[in-house]
Amino acid sequence: MVPLWTYLLVAAGLFCIGAYGVLSRRNAVAVLMGIELMLNAVNINLVAFWRYLSPLNMAGQAFTAFIFVVAAAEAAVGLAIIISIYRTRQSVIVEDVDIMKW
Amino acid sequence: MLFEVPSLESLNLGVTLPAVSLAFGVCVLLLADLLLVPKDRKEITAWLAVAGVAVSFVLNLFTFNNTDNEAFLGMFVADSFTGFMNIVILLTAFLGILLSKDYLKRAGIERGEYYTLMLMSAAGMMFMASANDLVVVFIALELLSIPLYVLAAFRVPDVKSEESGMKYFILGAFSSAFFVYGAALVYGATGTTSLPAIFNAVGTLAESGGSSAFLLLAGAGLILVGLGFKVAVVPFHMWTPDVYEGAPTPVTAFMSVGAKAGGFAALLRIMAMSLPAFTLADGQTFAAWQQTFWIIAALTLILGNLVAIAQSNIKRMLAYSSIAHAGYILMAVAASGTIGLTDEATRAALIYLLAYMFTNLGAFGVALAVERDDGSGTNLNDFVGLAKNRPGLALMMAVFMLSLTGIPLTGGFIGKWFVFKATLDAGLVALAIIGVLTSVVSAFYYVRVIVNMYLRDGEAETPGETQMVNWAVYIAGAGTLIMGIFPFLVTGLSDLVTVAASVVR
Repeated sequence: MVPLWTYLLVAAGLFCIGAYGVLSRRNAVAVLMGIELMLNAVNINLVAFWRYLSPLNMAGQAFTAFIFVVAAAEAAVGLAIIISIYRTRQSVIVEDVDIMKW
Repeated sequence: MLFEVPSLESLNLGVTLPAVSLAFGVCVLLLADLLLVPKDRKEITAWLAVAGVAVSFVLNLFTFNNTDNEAFLGMFVADSFTGFMNIVILLTAFLGILLSKDYLKRAGIERGEYYTLMLMSAAGMMFMASANDLVVVFIALELLSIPLYVLAAFRVPDVKSEESGMKYFILGAFSSAFFVYGAALVYGATGTTSLPAIFNAVGTLAESGGSSAFLLLAGAGLILVGLGFKVAVVPFHMWTPDVYEGAPTPVTAFMSVGAKAGGFAALLRIMAMSLPAFTLADGQTFAAWQQTFWIIAALTLILGNLVAIAQSNIKRMLAYSSIAHAGYILMAVAASGTIGLTDEATRAALIYLLAYMFTNLGAFGVALAVERDDGSGTNLNDFVGLAKNRPGLALMMAVFMLSLTGIPLTGGFIGKWFVFKATLDAGLVALAIIGVLTSVVSAFYYVRVIVNMYLRDGEAETPGETQMVNWAVYIAGAGTLIMGIFPFLVTGLSDLVTVAASVVR
């Protein structure tokens, strides 16, 4: 079987790519995608830990299912906010949203 | 064994009633607002929301400090810590609704779902205070945050409010990802998500050393990053001033207290109750995470208090002041990392939160009364001469400012007293000194508001002053003064709080 650390490495890589996306992308929708990527990296971690460390305890899998739900809810609210910003400013570029000093 | 269905009795649903009744009440409120309440009578929804809070409050008094306190097979715990936290959260929701009712009408955003969202967030905070499992902490964190993102952007199409909602959403979701990554690493290190089981596993982990201890340390660090964003401690505070300034004022008041209460409840549960014995070397008397916490607390105190001096907008000033107060509560959390001091430090944090709740909601209440209908009028100069035109409100504002500074005979002093005492008992002398010095600095910008109100001539107006707002401000003022003059009432209540009992079995 593939050792556990390879899964952790992939997950850590994905998490960092997601975080980089959040910090560097200018489009708010792309920022949202970065956040989704970070949450999915966590899912890989959880499932790998569940399979390798405690396959009899369902906590890892259950946690993953809850993260799906939360990610969906977050995306819904996030897109709604982005759409309402687009309606007033005709732009979803994060840097344009700077009336108050950041 | 794996898929055994638990019996209904073993779930012990009785003790979950305060939080569950509020969550259920939210669903009923949403339907009632949609089907029964006419469009132009949205104040009915506000009163229904107050009724929901009241029911939950009464149920909380019944379940406060009971012994058989675990529900849902140990994932949910309703000990005295939960009971105390619930009181803080429900009072926040109550005062938040009082402040909102007339503000929404003035701002032209009177929609029923506002109260639903506010109570949903409050329910999330209550679940956070009772969470005994990392999964529940995460769900509660999101239940707390997602309604707040919507509330921050509630004043559409006001550009500031939208901007505030978007900033809060992006940074909030970003920080949740950090939190949940940390939770996954803690799960990987200990093989369980249950906080008591993590507590038991930590002892053996430290002895064995190796990669698991490293995973646990990294996990604890990432959890700190995630929750640090929620409670706004330096260096995770950048969103706070913008979000607080842009969000509708009653929402700012609600989240400046509620989100902090929820975040610190989770921090205390995870750090102080399940990882207190996590030391990296034999014979160490403090937890491995304590030093990180005290450095962050010191940075938060210094930056929050210094930058607040430069602010000219009352909402921004209170935002930086709320960062500073997160630093004081974090002092107590850091102190709880010293072995044997968990109970005392947790009590100090709870007392501080209660005092901060009354004081901060009151201060935002007065700011809301001075604010004009279009959202302007939040400059410090708008307070000039308030004492002449509205002596009652000005007096209350003076009390709140003195309480935030920590002057005796106010709640803020009692809170600071217990926090500093816990910090000194924990041996963190340098941190306590920083706390005292920054309190002195904070007097500068708090007293400036009092000077503006009393010593300068002007015509301050209070277009937002209504009966509801006055009630909220005077209740908050009474709470602040009663806590300051009769501190034994609160300390007596907090003496019931024993945190270790819920973990060690």
